[in-house]
Amino acid sequence: MDWAWGFAGGLLIGGAAALFLLVNGRIMGASGLLGGLVDGSGRVNFAERSAFIAGLVGAPALIALIHAHPDTNATSNVGLLVIGGLAVGFGTRMANGCTSGHGVCGISRFSLRGIAATLAYLFFGGLTMLVVRHGLGML
Amino acid sequence: MMRLFFALLAGAIFGTGLMLSGMTDTSKVQGWLDIFGAWDPTLAFVLGGAILPMLLAWRVAERRGKSSLGTPIPPKPEPLLDARLLGGSALFGFGWALVGLCPGPAMASLSYGGWQGLLFFAAMVVGMIGHGRLRQRQEARPA
Repeated sequence: MDWAWGFAGGLLIGGAAALFLLVNGRIMGASGLLGGLVDGSGRVNFAERSAFIAGLVGAPALIALIHAHPDTNATSNVGLLVIGGLAVGFGTRMANGCTSGHGVCGISRFSLRGIAATLAYLFFGGLTMLVVRHGLGML
Repeated sequence: MMRLFFALLAGAIFGTGLMLSGMTDTSKVQGWLDIFGAWDPTLAFVLGGAILPMLLAWRVAERRGKSSLGTPIPPKPEPLLDARLLGGSALFGFGWALVGLCPGPAMASLSYGGWQGLLFFAAMVVGMIGHGRLRQRQEARPA
């Protein structure tokens, strides 16, 4: 049944992106919204970015509080967490997008940049799993 | 005010979708990237489900040219495949595989991801600020 929850959650993700585009005229990209706040490049729509992130953090927090929260199963290896976080933060800003911006909003617009970025991060993610999990026996 | 309300609403729906779909479960994400191991196809359904409403939304948006609140629809970027796009995406894919979190789920799970989630988020923010600083320095340098 995982696939059905995945699909239902996916429809919500796409629905949120559709709402943000059609009502606010913005492309829903998680790394761009946060990145613009923390590096100062998004001062023009600071309030709109903050409101989006408040909803993104707040709604799951509310569900976790009153209902239940899924396990994140994240590693406790400090080195992996720090290197992974740095790479995700730097890489998504350098590429100007992540899974939501390039993957969801880019592919659906048939944007060559979105499709190429998605193929690149999937390929290098798969390669990293192959080398680090199966080659080095980590993860 | 309307703009802020709908931004909050879109963020809340996005976060709920990420939580519901299993995207905040790092073992599922790593299972999806583990093509040569015990591959978990769930994320294909998440991505497929997310793209469907957006296929429709882009058609409407591009026909109208403007959002309901009057903002112009962002123009489609030039189909330019450069080292920044591909190198940045490769670096992102590497980090995504190491931990199993990308920016959206990292924020959605901040309240229940424990110290691991907080540490990942902090490192991600440092990476974003670091990129911003580097960019500024490059742009300030005379050609």
